[in-house]
Amino acid sequence: MTPDSGAAARPVVSPLADTARIALVGNPNSGKTALFNALTGSRQKVANYAGVTVERKEGVLTAPSGRQIRVLDLPGTYSLRARSPDEAVTRDAVLGKLAGEDAPQALVCVADATNLRLVLRLALELKQVGRPFVLALNMFDIAQRQGLRIDVERLSTEIGAPIVTTVATRKRGLPELLDKVEALVDRQTLTADNAWHEPSPAEIRAAHAEAQRIFKACVKPPERPDTVTGKIDGVLLHPVAGLMILLGLLFVMFQAVFTWATPAMDGIDAGFAALIELTNAHLPKGLLTSFIADGLIAGVGSVLVFLPQILILFFFILLLEDSGYMARAAFLMDRIMGGAGLHGRAFIPLLSSFACAIPGIMSTRVIDNRQDRLTTILVAPLMTCSARIPVYTLIIGAFIPQQTVWGVLSLQGLVMFGLYASGIVSALLVSFVIRRIFWRGAVEPFMMELPTYRWPEPRNVLMNLWTRARIFMSRAGRIILPLMVLVWVLSTFPYPPEGATGPAIDYSIAGRIGQFLAPLMAPIGFNWQMTVALIPGMAAREVAVAVLGTVYAVGGEDGETGALSTLLKNQWSLASALSFLAWYVFAPQCLPTLGVVKRETNSWVWPTIMFVYMVSLAYIAAFITYHVAVALGAG
Amino acid sequence: MSEAFVLSPEFNPAATAPGVRSLASADRGERGVIVKVTGHSGAAEAVIAEELERRLLEMGFVEGASIEVLHEGLFGRDPIAVRVDDTRVALRRREAGAISVKFDGR
Repeated sequence: MTPDSGAAARPVVSPLADTARIALVGNPNSGKTALFNALTGSRQKVANYAGVTVERKEGVLTAPSGRQIRVLDLPGTYSLRARSPDEAVTRDAVLGKLAGEDAPQALVCVADATNLRLVLRLALELKQVGRPFVLALNMFDIAQRQGLRIDVERLSTEIGAPIVTTVATRKRGLPELLDKVEALVDRQTLTADNAWHEPSPAEIRAAHAEAQRIFKACVKPPERPDTVTGKIDGVLLHPVAGLMILLGLLFVMFQAVFTWATPAMDGIDAGFAALIELTNAHLPKGLLTSFIADGLIAGVGSVLVFLPQILILFFFILLLEDSGYMARAAFLMDRIMGGAGLHGRAFIPLLSSFACAIPGIMSTRVIDNRQDRLTTILVAPLMTCSARIPVYTLIIGAFIPQQTVWGVLSLQGLVMFGLYASGIVSALLVSFVIRRIFWRGAVEPFMMELPTYRWPEPRNVLMNLWTRARIFMSRAGRIILPLMVLVWVLSTFPYPPEGATGPAIDYSIAGRIGQFLAPLMAPIGFNWQMTVALIPGMAAREVAVAVLGTVYAVGGEDGETGALSTLLKNQWSLASALSFLAWYVFAPQCLPTLGVVKRETNSWVWPTIMFVYMVSLAYIAAFITYHVAVALGAG
Repeated sequence: MSEAFVLSPEFNPAATAPGVRSLASADRGERGVIVKVTGHSGAAEAVIAEELERRLLEMGFVEGASIEVLHEGLFGRDPIAVRVDDTRVALRRREAGAISVKFDGR
């Protein structure tokens, strides 16, 4: 339905007379999501818009009148003139042209009452569209505290829309807002024909002048303007101190992600191990049991085990976003990232990738430019994710002696640090190569508002955390679970022949692929057992540890790492072990990541490119490592 | 919105006036008034000129707006954080090259 062509009094037809549809529009940082949370509470659904990887957030509320209202939280924007897929969704939804969506009957334009200048221009654009809207002056308490005086009545006349003052975080002004919204819905008419078109620079200037005139006429500057933000920025954006503080913050975040999460992760691990044992004990031994225990339960467990880390990481990211610090972090990192051809906004996705590349790749949606986004996606898996840690710890524990160097540093810790550093440096190098050789020129402008600092609202942070956790679980689950099942099939079938002595996996498809590939891997010092471990290790990196346990037939069910460590030490040369570490820095040993890339880019091209370049790097790195180590006598 | 309000982008009597420089060359603490916004930053353009011009305008970089350089990055003093009227915006010096400012004093 496209209601943009038709008479002014044409009714906006609703399929259900008692259900209204509205949408929230507004500048970024206007408290739009806080208002959405306050309105709909826990009755929210998050999905994707049809055909695009833009998050669609919808909630339902019951108005005081008893009417159900469906609220769509549209991506924040400064203009209807879309610059990114997110903003295109906002534009199309406002215009009622979004595929698969009914046009909203009314809009709520959410404005930060303390920062009206830019949103007034957006409101003027909405006026051109002709769809009825309410202007919500949000964070009105802060405006009052600053002594900002807004002539609401005059402002309402000037922009031709009803106005409500709200404080989303305190749920103030919501009944009034719903009243006004319902009045607009009841009228069921478009205020005018759609006169909106992409404004030319001259038209933007004219709209600015008009917004400026309205602003001057209706808003008296604050008596006690906010000086706190300027003072905080004096420290946090200081060229040297600001960077040090950012590094300190990142350090604390990492500590938290890796130490706070450990008890929960151990608990989840133990819980799933117990569940598998229980399944094996109570179900008859056979294919179905193996499928349930080793395929499904182990599969779900291997995803869930990362949830604590991801939650802690998201928690920090939400705090940083809600407080207004995230834009500062992008500011501080822009030049450093820019040197490697990455956008300042690539910072968060890459940071998330230290926990797991999957949420990292999902969060590249904040990057507007397609080439910037693809570059970030391609290098994200080079960041050392936590699934590599079990592999690193096993090999380092077995082969690197526990000694101190230069008096204070542990050699094992140093090797671990070296592996992390190689990941970061190679990610920067790869993106540099991509941007300088394959996609030259075209550097996306970096331009972002530095919002006023605010205390994050605990309720809001928790609700957003819950939303993000749900998105991760459903998206990741849908991709990871089938892949885990696939890997289970490959490592189970066919069965070993009667009277076979070796471990069952040797006879499976995975085992055969491993043995087939073994000659190819010999030049980098891998024996066939190592190669076999790589195949199920495609499900998730840490699975390789369990598989090594199986192929060397140690520890049986519980796969004692201590025993495996000693065994590996006797079976592998130091050069092979180092080569294995080098392989793991680069290799795309994670099908779920490739699956997420396919989903996020809507194409098989990018996961293929990722796989090929990462395997090549891994092979080259492992080859060099092995041969240098052999030359130095570690063969 | 009458056409009379529209400042033509070519209309720029202050282009060679004393005190007018590109925002790209501004130091921390400098204040002034924007006299001209174009899409031409002087560097290789990432987006077409008109697109850059529109983005700058949408963020509030418009002729007549007051501006102050608040912060600079560590490397190459880039990017910069500026106050445009009462909004704080971060941008790279490269894009700042498209903005001419009449600076106070100095």
